[in-house]
Amino acid sequence: MSINRKELEEIATLAQLDIPEQQLGEITASLNQVMAMIEHINEADTAAVKPMGTPHEAQQLIRPDAVTDCSHKKDLLALSAHADEDHYLVPKVIE
Amino acid sequence: MSIWDRWEMVIGLEIHVRLATNSKLFSGMKASYGASPNSQVSFLDAGLPGTLPVINQKALEYAIRFGLAVDAEIPPVTVFARKNYFYPDLPKGYQISQMDDPIVGKGHIVIKTDEGEKTVEITRAHLEEDAGKSIHDKYDRYSAIDLNRAGTPLIEVVSEPQMSNAKEAVAYMREIYTRVTHLGICDGNLQEGSFRCDANVSVRPKGQKELGTRAEIKNLNSFRFIEKAINHEAKRQIKLLEAGEKIIQETRLYDADKDQTRSMRSKENANDYRYFPDPDQLPIAITDAMIEAQREHLPEFPEQKIQRYINVLKVKADDAAIIANDIQMAAFFEAADAQSKADADLNAKFLLGEFSALLNAKGESITTSKIDVVSYAGLLDVVAAGGISRKVAKTVLEDMWDSGEAAAAIIKAKGLGQISDSSALNELINQVIADNPSQVADYRAGNEKMFNYFIGQIMKKTKGQANPVQTKQLLEELLNE
Repeated sequence: MSINRKELEEIATLAQLDIPEQQLGEITASLNQVMAMIEHINEADTAAVKPMGTPHEAQQLIRPDAVTDCSHKKDLLALSAHADEDHYLVPKVIE
Repeated sequence: MSIWDRWEMVIGLEIHVRLATNSKLFSGMKASYGASPNSQVSFLDAGLPGTLPVINQKALEYAIRFGLAVDAEIPPVTVFARKNYFYPDLPKGYQISQMDDPIVGKGHIVIKTDEGEKTVEITRAHLEEDAGKSIHDKYDRYSAIDLNRAGTPLIEVVSEPQMSNAKEAVAYMREIYTRVTHLGICDGNLQEGSFRCDANVSVRPKGQKELGTRAEIKNLNSFRFIEKAINHEAKRQIKLLEAGEKIIQETRLYDADKDQTRSMRSKENANDYRYFPDPDQLPIAITDAMIEAQREHLPEFPEQKIQRYINVLKVKADDAAIIANDIQMAAFFEAADAQSKADADLNAKFLLGEFSALLNAKGESITTSKIDVVSYAGLLDVVAAGGISRKVAKTVLEDMWDSGEAAAAIIKAKGLGQISDSSALNELINQVIADNPSQVADYRAGNEKMFNYFIGQIMKKTKGQANPVQTKQLLEELLNE
């Protein structure tokens, strides 16, 4: 399995990464080296093995439906680059 | 020739049901609707690093309960996955959802339309967190983001593409709505977005096996709009296809004002979401004990209620259906039946008749009624015991509403009790017979319809207070002497 330049551009778009034009070739090449390594894993016959969600034996904690937290409005809005008294502000998104 | 002789619609629905939990799906933050913007956002909901999601037990239970209500498989292990996309109201850059191991597997429901019954299969239902809300009309240059909704629990119910017209889609949506509201897992508030639907619509030439290219219509939150939106979209597609053009797989938004759909964005391929198991969470074992505990909570659904009302309580079929399909009215009816010695049939007739008329006149609903179920049952008992007629009961009901007093007190204070004293009735009836000699002759000559004329006269004289059963008996005796 390998990826080509076009696929790399697609993945970069999905991940919102802006890869400079001149680096596309280089990154495609190094990613393909990584892919070659991953290929080895595919050599194992897993036909009879059930997919594993996690390697841990532990059980997921479940919490009761209780409100245990309170508003952090001021602190959280203060973290934002742009905000008014109530909302986070982002460059206009129109669909 | 109608276009539906040449074309057929294929519709699948994805319904988002907001679960009525107190706290969010993965955080201990309050999950109520309508709070001041961004006042119900935990560090986790805001996507701050170092926070970890911990699943809400009630959300799991509600999802299981839904699964049981649609006869679905509940797999023994459920796994959360990340659905990755970028949007300002999704702070983490991914939505915690489910992919390969949803909490509810294959199920089905039966829908009813004018064309009869039809089984619609449910592909799956999975738990996921809602996103925040983007407000685009507050500023010219900015979108404003409110994250209160981010992290509130949803189940997304996915149907098979098995509905073949808009009416079936509406019937399906209504049936799911009835189930989730009766289960008590969703408040059912359509305006607040507690129950919203995306419709996948495609068309194909009649008889063709393969599905056509579909368009997804987003965020339909009214039963009326969904029917119009689907019909509109199908016609748009047919028009394109008949002109030799292609359908693009895309997401469209329905504009109710213009009755048209418009393109939102080309639908990304499912793979573009790059789902993978959420490494922050372990798989969750769903034990038989958990499932059985939820089975205990399964309510009686309207269809079962109707059958019980008719067969056990002896209520008329039409009345039974109206009451059973209204969750609040059914609760009131059943509570009154438990309180009162009156026949359930009288209860049903009075509830749908006099009581509903009063509620309408006052502009109130059964949940905001000033007459509670105990007082209502008290009035029913008086009517059933023959203490007052239904006609008088209507005015007593109005008095109860205005004064807040119990039926018995009003009847006593106003002297509204029925005249059941046979000597008094005797005298009255003899008076009516004496006053109407020609009508009496008419009746005795065989015109039996005249009987009701005398009843009317007696009721007029007594302002409706004569005991109807006794009056009828006595009148018969006296007229046939």
